[in-house]
Amino acid sequence: MYSLYYLVSGPLVWVSFALFLGGIIYRIISMARLARKKDIVVYEYMSPYYALRSILHWIVPFGSVNMRMKPVMTIVTFCFHLCLLALPIFLFAHVMLVKESWNVSWATLPDGAADPMTLIVIGACVFFLVRRFVVPEAKFLTSPSDYLILAMVAAPFITGFWTYHQLPGLKAAAILHMLSGEIMLAAIPFTRLSHMIFFPFTRGYTGSEFGAIRHARDW
Amino acid sequence: MEAHPQSPVPQKERKIIIDPGVETGIAKLTPEKIQKTIKAVLDAEGGARFKTYLETCVHCGLCSDACHYFLSHYRDPTFSPAGKLKQTLWEIVKKDGKVDVDFLRKAVEIAHSECNMCRRCLMYCPFGIDIAYMLSLVRRMVHKLGLTPQNMQDTAHSHSATYNQMWVKEDEWIDALQWQEDEAREEFPGLRIPIEKEGADIFYSVIGPEPKFRAQLIYQAAAIMHTAGVSWTMPATPGWDNSDMCMFTGDTEMMGRLKRVHFDTAMRLKAKRIVMGECGHAFRSVYDVGNRWLGYKMPPIPVTHAVEFYHELFEQGKIKVKSKFKKPVTFQDPCNISRGRGLHEKAREVVRATCETFIEMEPNREHNYCCCAGGGVINLGPPYKGKRVEGNRVKADQLKAVKEKGAEVVIAPCHNCHGGVEDILHGYGIQMEIKFLGDIIYEVMEKPGQE
Repeated sequence: MYSLYYLVSGPLVWVSFALFLGGIIYRIISMARLARKKDIVVYEYMSPYYALRSILHWIVPFGSVNMRMKPVMTIVTFCFHLCLLALPIFLFAHVMLVKESWNVSWATLPDGAADPMTLIVIGACVFFLVRRFVVPEAKFLTSPSDYLILAMVAAPFITGFWTYHQLPGLKAAAILHMLSGEIMLAAIPFTRLSHMIFFPFTRGYTGSEFGAIRHARDW
Repeated sequence: MEAHPQSPVPQKERKIIIDPGVETGIAKLTPEKIQKTIKAVLDAEGGARFKTYLETCVHCGLCSDACHYFLSHYRDPTFSPAGKLKQTLWEIVKKDGKVDVDFLRKAVEIAHSECNMCRRCLMYCPFGIDIAYMLSLVRRMVHKLGLTPQNMQDTAHSHSATYNQMWVKEDEWIDALQWQEDEAREEFPGLRIPIEKEGADIFYSVIGPEPKFRAQLIYQAAAIMHTAGVSWTMPATPGWDNSDMCMFTGDTEMMGRLKRVHFDTAMRLKAKRIVMGECGHAFRSVYDVGNRWLGYKMPPIPVTHAVEFYHELFEQGKIKVKSKFKKPVTFQDPCNISRGRGLHEKAREVVRATCETFIEMEPNREHNYCCCAGGGVINLGPPYKGKRVEGNRVKADQLKAVKEKGAEVVIAPCHNCHGGVEDILHGYGIQMEIKFLGDIIYEVMEKPGQE
């Protein structure tokens, strides 16, 4: 058990961060090269102004017609992504771990914020899961990998909640928490979670085409 | 969670439309040929956009509400934009091109008759994934496999043989222009349709159906040009037709040739710019797609759509309104000039300048529903007509709603919209008239020498 603990809290952390950061760099560079070779239009038509205009409309809640048509989905999606990103970075316990290792630290979330935020992430995952069963157009598109990705995202938060509250099986939960977090990080560049990397590019390109060439809105 | 009314239509396997062109093509295929052809397209043309779009899609289905087919079929998920990719491209990629003819038969029907390439879903997908582009890749594969539906391919053949989409011969074209000039001179003494005039300000181009069966549009354009006193010309040679069905069949090589002839003809006549008649897809091919194939970032000679041109004439006071159009009108925003060129506000200004009462359709501007005729779908001809009308029930609802508000006339500055909306009006028994913007302008303008 302890050797497993040291494995997941030591070497695997490095491996996952290397895969995460290296993977992002690799994906962006290889995609940029491929675009240079086969989709030169992307370089020709990408316009920073119109790309940002479109991205802004789509990262502001209710900034697009579709978001206004689906208010529940919009609220859930925004809360989910916000908590998903902010929680691991600003969690007091995570920041302390970094401080102990390298003596660098940054702002942390106030006491009592972590719990509701964790529950929001888990709740949103349940929402997305149920949605895949009951909304016909989502159900039709769903493949087993979609459930796997959802599980991959939910796992670190479920086990984190478990560890924080020192529920029975704490040691196993702590190991699973670290392991699942590492799996998720490493998976981001290589699965559909890569939408995190590519969102600015796909949205930005469409925004550029719509703005600079077609003189129309795309939201 | 949003309420989703269950579909009253049982989602059974849909009946495939048997198309002679598709069947003839299928008879010539072997499993090896299928895979080899598809892989060649994927390898050569499946670039960074293709890969990113494929991997970025999170299967959320949020694109669905953009699609008139999906909405018209009572939210049947097989008609959702991403749903159509799942049944075609995703499967092709998963199987590395090893698909059978039954799969292809279905894929041909989906890619050709269930998507108008209207790009509305780009405005609903949070990632801005260009689903129309992805489906056009399927059409490209289908073209290379020789499975393009017969009527659509016939139009493409006409383009290849004559450089126009309606098998119009060179002498017939010139004859049509001179015939319309002759007719118009009775109403406008001194009017000319200047053929082959070098150095004119405007090279005016139209689509094949105008000389073939909508010759009055050439008459009206001549009347407007004459009244506004602009310097214009039309060519006597191929290159007069700006339309492009090859863009939609996936025959991009032929699309490039068509656009080259069009641009070259305008430049041979040393015109300052191209003004195009009221057509949407043709505008897309000249302004947005065909030029790129030829390596021009933007068209090598400025291109103006009729709507923008009319707007200019009114702004410069070259056309004056004698008395405004009386009947209440509504406006159908064509995808390729609203979503494709942002001309919706200028169009409205022209409508307001020429009509007494203007009533908006909902939704409108960039968010208007496609007419269901564009993207080559109307060119699939009679075998697919019922499906096309059925696939746009939401347009019928939209038209009924605006009719209830009092609109009697639909203005649609696009040939495809014209045909599509007309079929919907007939199909759903909605009593409304349909007109081009040019019809209205011709009717209400002050004509020289007339009281």
